[in-house]
Amino acid sequence: MLNPDSVGSTFAGTDSVTVSQSEIDAFCAVIGESNTTIAPPTFTIRITLTQFEEILTRPEIGLDWSRLVHGDQKFEIFSPVKAGDNLTCAATIESYRLAAGNEIVSVRSDLKREGELVISAWSTLVVRA
Amino acid sequence: MIEVGTVLEEKVFHLDRALLKQYADASGDQNPIHQNEEFAVSVGLPNVIAHGMLTMALVGKYVSDFAGGSANVLEYSARFIKPVIVPAGEKVDLTVSATVAEVQDGKVSLSLSATSAGVKVLGMAKAVVQQ
Repeated sequence: MLNPDSVGSTFAGTDSVTVSQSEIDAFCAVIGESNTTIAPPTFTIRITLTQFEEILTRPEIGLDWSRLVHGDQKFEIFSPVKAGDNLTCAATIESYRLAAGNEIVSVRSDLKREGELVISAWSTLVVRA
Repeated sequence: MIEVGTVLEEKVFHLDRALLKQYADASGDQNPIHQNEEFAVSVGLPNVIAHGMLTMALVGKYVSDFAGGSANVLEYSARFIKPVIVPAGEKVDLTVSATVAEVQDGKVSLSLSATSAGVKVLGMAKAVVQQ
């Protein structure tokens, strides 16, 4: 169970992530995108979900990642991501509720490049009962 | 001319197990429900299912193409309402279309539709792009 005291708090990810061209190329190849000079709109989920897992499963927060289902997803893109970008990730737990034994967590990810916000992403994550 | 109510041309993507593996490697999401049929069935799924974010990535390609490139995509959101089921040895469809919902200040809002095997898989799917 998620620690309810964590709702409303923002947690920094452990490391910054440098985006490589080969990662963008691999993502573009899946969707048939020929322009690999910038990352496709959903590319940063690769960073965000990894950081969410690291942050939300910390003992003091306590989310059970093994029973997780992705409920919904939203991106606001302020500046496209390119190879060489060094990004930091912070996760804010915006809301938490229980419904029929399922835990429903809304969490926001803010990715920044040199302190400048490049993408905010909202995920609703459902831990199945 | 893009105006409210304009219906954009439909596009069909095809998903198979190989694409799911390719997306797993590209995204880092190696959850076995997207690759291992025995595991997927053991947790109550009908079969291997596509990553919701793979569906969203493919619909995102449709949005980028309309927008004239990924750099013009400002907002994109969707709810995962039904899984895309990908049986072994099959290519399943992801059929995408869109309607222009709003045109304002150089921005176009799209209301997106995504179905697979006739079933709606994304709900409340929207994107905002700059012209």
